[in-house]
Amino acid sequence: MIYLNSFLFAGTVCLIGQLILDNTKLTPGHITSIFVVVGSFLDVFDIYDKFVLWAGGGALVPITSFGHLLIHGAMDTVNNFGIMGLFTGMFDLTSSGIVAAIIFSFVFALIFAPKD
Amino acid sequence: MDKNKYNLLVKKYTPKESRLYNGLIAFIVGGLMGCLGQLLLTLYSYFLEIPTKQASVFMIITLVFLGCLLTALGVFDKMVSFSRCGLIIPITGFAHSMQSAALEYKREGLVTGIGANIFKLAGTVIMFGVVSAYFFGIIRLIFMGG
Repeated sequence: MIYLNSFLFAGTVCLIGQLILDNTKLTPGHITSIFVVVGSFLDVFDIYDKFVLWAGGGALVPITSFGHLLIHGAMDTVNNFGIMGLFTGMFDLTSSGIVAAIIFSFVFALIFAPKD
Repeated sequence: MDKNKYNLLVKKYTPKESRLYNGLIAFIVGGLMGCLGQLLLTLYSYFLEIPTKQASVFMIITLVFLGCLLTALGVFDKMVSFSRCGLIIPITGFAHSMQSAALEYKREGLVTGIGANIFKLAGTVIMFGVVSAYFFGIIRLIFMGG
C-alpha cells in the first residue's frame, strides 16, 4: 500500500513540475527553487510531516523534502538549544545529501571526461 | 515567399510536443522514483537493522550516487530528455545539476573550474531553501512556538 502512496505522491509532484515547465517560460532551475520553497512552507504547519507518514519514501525523494528537512533540522535544534538553532541546525538533516553530491561529483569529474 | 506562408511552413514542420504525453511520462517516471526510494528505505532498514530515519540517509545517498554516476557516464542526459521533470524534481536532479557543472568546467582547472562552478545550478536550490526555511522558521516560532 505504501508503494502505491509513494508512486502517487512522487508522480503528482513531478506532474505538477512538468505542467509548470510546459505551460510557462520558467526553466527547471526556477521550478526546483519553487518546489523547495513550497516544501519548507508546508512544514510550517506540519503538513509535510503528514505526507511523509502517508507516502514514506515517495515524499522523501522529491526536492520538496529538501526544504522540509532544512526547516525541520533548524526547528529541532531551536527546541533543544534555543533561537540560535536557526543558524546552527539548518543543515543537520540535509548535509548527507549535499556532502554526498559534492564528493561524488568531484570524484567522478576527476575520473570521467565530459561527453558532448 | 511572403512572411505568412513562411510562418505556416515553419509551424507545419516544428515537432509538436504533446503536453499530455509529457505530463504522463513525468508522472510515471517520478512515481517509479518514489517507489524506488520506498524500496531502498525498506531494504536498508530490513538488512542493516536500522530505524527508518537512518535508512532515509542511506537512501538519499544511494540516489545521489546513482544520479552522479549516470550523469558522468553520459546516460542521464538522455534519460532527462525523455522523462523531463520525472527525473529533475527528485533528488537525482540535484545530483545531476552538480555533476554536469563539474564535468563541464573541468577543463578550466580544479579551483577556477570545478571548485568555482560546482554550485552554479544547484546553488539556487540551496539559497532559496535556506532563505525560505529561515523566514518560515521564524513564522513557525511565532505561531507554533517551535
